[in-house]
Amino acid sequence: MKWESLIGGMSPARLKRTVLLGMKSLWMHKLRSLLTAMGIVFGVASVIAMLAIGEGASHEAQEQIKSLGSQNIILQSIKPTDNANAGKQERSFVLEYGLTFRDIDQIRATVPGVSVVVPGRKLQDFVWRISRNVDSIVMGTVPWYPEMRNRRLLKGRFFTDVEMRSRSNVCVLNTDLAAKLFPLSESLGEEVRLQSGYYTVVGVIESRQSDAGSGGSSGGKADEGGATMEMLLPLTTLLERFGEVLVKFRSGSFEAEKVELHEVTVKIDDPNKVVAASEAIKHLLSRNHQNVDYRMVVPLELLRQAARTKQIFNIVLGSIAAISLLVGGIGIMNIMLATVTERTREIGIRRALGAKQRDIVLQFLIETVLLSGAGGVLGVALGLLVPLVITHFADMLTIVRLWSPALAFTISVLTGVVFGIYPAMRAASMSPVDALRHE
Amino acid sequence: MSDAVDPIIELKGVEKHYQMGSFIVKALRAVSLKIFPGNYISILGPSGGGKSTMLNILGCLDQPTLGEYLLEGKDVSRLDDDDLSQVRGKRLGFIFQSYNLIQQLSVVENIEVPLYYQGVSADESRERAVKLAEQVGLGGRLDHRPTELSGGQQQRVAIARALANDPAVILADEATGNLDSKSGGDILRIFDELNDEGKTLILITHDEAMADRTSRTIRLRDGQVEFDSMFGGKQETQALEDE
Repeated sequence: MKWESLIGGMSPARLKRTVLLGMKSLWMHKLRSLLTAMGIVFGVASVIAMLAIGEGASHEAQEQIKSLGSQNIILQSIKPTDNANAGKQERSFVLEYGLTFRDIDQIRATVPGVSVVVPGRKLQDFVWRISRNVDSIVMGTVPWYPEMRNRRLLKGRFFTDVEMRSRSNVCVLNTDLAAKLFPLSESLGEEVRLQSGYYTVVGVIESRQSDAGSGGSSGGKADEGGATMEMLLPLTTLLERFGEVLVKFRSGSFEAEKVELHEVTVKIDDPNKVVAASEAIKHLLSRNHQNVDYRMVVPLELLRQAARTKQIFNIVLGSIAAISLLVGGIGIMNIMLATVTERTREIGIRRALGAKQRDIVLQFLIETVLLSGAGGVLGVALGLLVPLVITHFADMLTIVRLWSPALAFTISVLTGVVFGIYPAMRAASMSPVDALRHE
Repeated sequence: MSDAVDPIIELKGVEKHYQMGSFIVKALRAVSLKIFPGNYISILGPSGGGKSTMLNILGCLDQPTLGEYLLEGKDVSRLDDDDLSQVRGKRLGFIFQSYNLIQQLSVVENIEVPLYYQGVSADESRERAVKLAEQVGLGGRLDHRPTELSGGQQQRVAIARALANDPAVILADEATGNLDSKSGGDILRIFDELNDEGKTLILITHDEAMADRTSRTIRLRDGQVEFDSMFGGKQETQALEDE
């Protein structure tokens, strides 16, 4: 068979007629064609949908990690496990744990490249606005916190160095908390109450998508929507009002904790030194703390892990996609082989009337490609629809990259070619005499 | 005497052997014959006598094991598959007992099939197909499907299709075998007319009545030409007259 001239000898007009003929033949068996194409439809749709979900999830994870700052190392105090502090509790009812100012001083003194240290303290309590109250995380921090943690200020301003030094009663709310406390009115300039003190709202900061920096002793108190209520105060103000020992009376239970610093963000000036610095800090902290009452988050490392996870996900996805398209392709091949047998006589007639072998090959190949191509188009449509539905109902971020439908469609057409060649060749290689005699 | 005209078909010692298990069946044995332009031939013979094999060889659907087959002076017995397809499509027209129309195509599209494989443009082939359909009396049924037509009408579509490429020879295999006598008669009348217009027709049949209708009769038995009326002296001048 002269393969080199399979398409070469075809004028566009003739190719168009062959395509029309193929469509007519497929249209004669609508249900069968539809069912045959289904394998490809679902294969293509699942490829696009899974890629979209994977992209979305990985994008969300990376955004969260990036929002922590890739040059940062975040240290958090955590309550040691019961086992580790069982001895301590016998001596004192105040639980003492966590990062200390001494740690910070040592880090600044010994770890090279440390440019900024943002200490922070956290507690959890109700924030009041007249009769409205919201259970929130209250964090004491420094004026350069938003810049360090890549958080955007949406309204007003963050508190200043002067307010920090003067221990002013000012605060910044995150959008979720502002919306709860001031559902209808403007929050800037108004006062909110925390325990016995009143604080003026000077700004509103963007909420974190999900509080990756929370955890530790306070634990992120999440609203039903997954939002975290946050109130930010100058660290000095928080220390002065609440001291080092936190006493909480909640639903009749009593809890006392002494924590100097809940959260410290260390910024390393060179991204290449982040990993080395994190090792140094880990070493330093392990000498100062007998119990593991702190936690270290290195966003850069998390980013790398996320990239690795995504790679694994892509491999798994690729295998699933390959398998589903393989199954779809085998389905098409099966039906095309049956079709060839069923249409043996037609092949004989066409051969008697002057069709060359390559005409027959092309006719059946075009039918298969039309079938898989149509399946591909339906699959792309379905594959674009599924992420929309998922985003709408499951509230998950999905991202459809432009190349993914293009890739899926191309593969579906290629599947048609690969699995169509054999039935088409079989059709063409029948002897005209035998084909005509076939009943 | 007939050598004065170039034969349209010339078989020289054609043999066709089939391997059937350990036997070799000789379906055609040393067949030599000449067919001249304008001949109206019936090939008769008992079943198993070699008629079908003869049709397949003459129709370039199969190739002889031995011997030469000259079609319009050109040896087609050793052509490759592509060239044979070309010969079938360009120079031969087929009419089958069971019509062999393509079910998913309309009347006019069926007539267009041979033109399509010769690369005739869509407009031109449509025009020619419509003309042929009108010629066989199906001008009003251009867009009907084969299943919507009677047997006689289907066979007329097949005739139109066989004529589409203006072939040198038309081969009809038991063309009236599936038809009642009235529509069969209609078909035969069309054959007569075509021969009157100068077409070369070869009818393969087991119907003895056909022998009277055609101008030349060839009888096959056991793969050999048992009788050829051209040499029986009855109508041997026919070829010359047509010339």
